[in-house]
Amino acid sequence: MKELSLHILDLVQNSISAGATLTEIVIKEDLAADWLTIEINDNGHGMDKELLAKVKDPFVTSRTSRKVGLGIPLMLAACQRCDGDLTISSEVNVGTNLTAVFKHSHIDRVPIGSMAETLISLILCSTYTDFLYKHIIINKKSSLSEFCFDTREVKKLLGSEVPLTEPDILNWIKDYIAEGLSNLGGGI
Amino acid sequence: MKSIKELEEIRKRTLDTINIRKERTGTRVVVGMATCGIAAGARPVLLTVMDEVKKNNLSDVAVTQTGCIGMCRLEPIVEVYRPNEEKVTYVKVTPSKALRIVNEHIMQGKVVDEYTIGSED
Ligand SMILES: Nc1ncnc2c1ncn2[C@@H]1O[C@H](COP(=O)(O)OP(=O)(O)O)[C@@H](O)[C@H]1O
Ligand SMILES: [Mg+2]
Repeated sequence: MKELSLHILDLVQNSISAGATLTEIVIKEDLAADWLTIEINDNGHGMDKELLAKVKDPFVTSRTSRKVGLGIPLMLAACQRCDGDLTISSEVNVGTNLTAVFKHSHIDRVPIGSMAETLISLILCSTYTDFLYKHIIINKKSSLSEFCFDTREVKKLLGSEVPLTEPDILNWIKDYIAEGLSNLGGGI
Repeated sequence: MKSIKELEEIRKRTLDTINIRKERTGTRVVVGMATCGIAAGARPVLLTVMDEVKKNNLSDVAVTQTGCIGMCRLEPIVEVYRPNEEKVTYVKVTPSKALRIVNEHIMQGKVVDEYTIGSED
């Protein structure tokens, strides 16, 4: 994929399919230690040990077994190209945690891309899932700044009559996130 | 800075239009958003459809997404459902093709034949 935000869009679809009511996306750019970490935590139905053991491998799919897709193997390959790794832990009926690590300055690391577009795409298509998006930057002097966006807060302000999926609301969210990230000076 | 106050104004404005909105005619635009679709460019297609629907005040049109349609080679795929008409499947859709699909098919009822499945090059 051309952007990490596209991997995120794809992987969060797994959380939505797993029936998550809350999915947390945390991007941490640690410029001091030169790591970029993406975490996706959901409270969906989770995976059993057997499935968990094989989701990273695109070749385990056999005609008779359940089809295992490409989203996770693609993210794993992207991490490994950048001296990083992907770890997944999951518990049935509790949820799943996925952590992807990249060397921030690695030449093969694709840009984070538009998290604003990824979030409104997710919102547009999943009325029942809430999203909490945190973007943390630790600069070279080790000082930390953070941007946070929470659909639950927007919903509270809007009340029950106006859904998040109204185009004007989505546009506001898109601009709000894009502006918040550019004030943070990160998201690259 | 985008303010919460602004959101409150949008809320009020939207509430008015929701209340006067006519009932949905039932047109649905569905964009394939599985791994293959996203990798092929489904996100800008989805957002272009959303923008164009909004720009033309097509408040009776629902824009949604679906998972893998099983034709990864032909992604991004957009399906259009209009009441009393057969489903039309568009393949290898780009943002500019999406504009024509909204303007010609959804707004004027004219299927954009050259983008439909079977006509692709
Ligand atoms: N967050 C999650 N919660 C529950 N199951 C998951 C989650 N992420 C992945 N899975 C399981 O792993 C499988 C493989 O995921 P993925 O590689 O994204 O391919 P695909 O989504 O096309 O099946 C999914 O079909 C699903 O069964
Ligand atoms: Mg997936």
